Amino acid sequence: MNKLIFEFIEANKLDILEEWIKTTKETADDRVVRVVSDQVFTSTSREFIDLIIANIKGLKEDYNTRLTDFAEKVVRLGWPLTFVTKGLHTFSTIVFHRMEESGIITKDNQLDIILEFDGWVTPITNEIVSIYSITWEKTVSLQKIALQELSAPLIPVFDKITVMPLVGTIDTERAKQIMENLLRGAVKHRSEVVLIDITGVPVVDTMVAHHIIQAADAVRLIGAKCMLCGIRPEIAQTIVSLGIDLNQFTTKNSLQKGIEAALELTNRKIVKVEGSK
Amino acid sequence: MSIQSCVTIINEWDIVAARQLGRNVAKELGFGTVDQARITTAISELARNIYLYAGKGQICIDKLYEDGKAGLRINAADNGPGISDIRQVMEDGFSTSGGLGAGLPGVKRLMDQFEIESSPGNGTQIKATKWLR
Repeated sequence: MNKLIFEFIEANKLDILEEWIKTTKETADDRVVRVVSDQVFTSTSREFIDLIIANIKGLKEDYNTRLTDFAEKVVRLGWPLTFVTKGLHTFSTIVFHRMEESGIITKDNQLDIILEFDGWVTPITNEIVSIYSITWEKTVSLQKIALQELSAPLIPVFDKITVMPLVGTIDTERAKQIMENLLRGAVKHRSEVVLIDITGVPVVDTMVAHHIIQAADAVRLIGAKCMLCGIRPEIAQTIVSLGIDLNQFTTKNSLQKGIEAALELTNRKIVKVEGSK
Repeated sequence: MSIQSCVTIINEWDIVAARQLGRNVAKELGFGTVDQARITTAISELARNIYLYAGKGQICIDKLYEDGKAGLRINAADNGPGISDIRQVMEDGFSTSGGLGAGLPGVKRLMDQFEIESSPGNGTQIKATKWLR
């Protein structure tokens, strides 16, 4: 039975490929056609069909690596998963119809052939879906790590003065890291003043404010002073409307002002040196 | 007349998506940066309430055109546990989660109009509107 299908596909490979490309292009969503050039589309399609055929032939040895390669390639091209699974479906439909037309499929063996078809289409689909999801999971976890790395750095700028610039959205996870890094860093650098710069934080809502207040309280407990800077005018207004009490904080509108104030607190100032040139 | 778009809130990142949507609509309608910040903050509060208390819900942003005025309405709806004493949650400093308790009264102050409907077991629906002037 398997041999029957396989021989038929082998014999009509080019026709099937042509029809497949035609149908797929007609039904595919614009997204796919737009991002991929004709040439790439045709060659990838050929690869796809070859892969399916290789699977039917039962060339198991390098089949898995080829499938992985293919799936990775498709992911790189940005083809949606539905497109690939639909393509697989289209392929089997075409083959089935053609076999029906040429009289290979009769009423008697119809069910057997359908089962046989299903038997090789389903594993390919499963495999592709699983490779897809693995690739995505990998991307997501890598991005998470990357995000963590730029999450909450603490920078010692002067003796006893450290700055933590915050950029981007603060969620619960980051808030936790901010607190940890802030405390560990403040102790390690023997900071007396810690500046939290929120210039890059797009929205300061009650949760963000709450986390910052908690962090500042904790910093105070370890004997340092916390200063909030980089408060943009619109953020200042929303904080007032929300009714958040930041009275315990020294706040400054820019990091520069903050550093000047921090130097003052530690009895220092920046002076211009004359006659150096 | 109103045009609507929605974000479903399931995890913390959906809050960011809702906020982004709100900011874009506010920008389109021609709100200034201060009002944009007010609107996004209000959305952030409402979306976080959904995430914290109801677990799942929806934030919809309407563009309103009435009597020659343009406005933006935030619709926050969930099927969560609901609120038993609305007056209490509208008080400053009341929180069941150890937060600042400034969320809902804050949203009311950030926006021009504020409506809340909720009872235990029936979820919570909040409508908050900001008019362009």
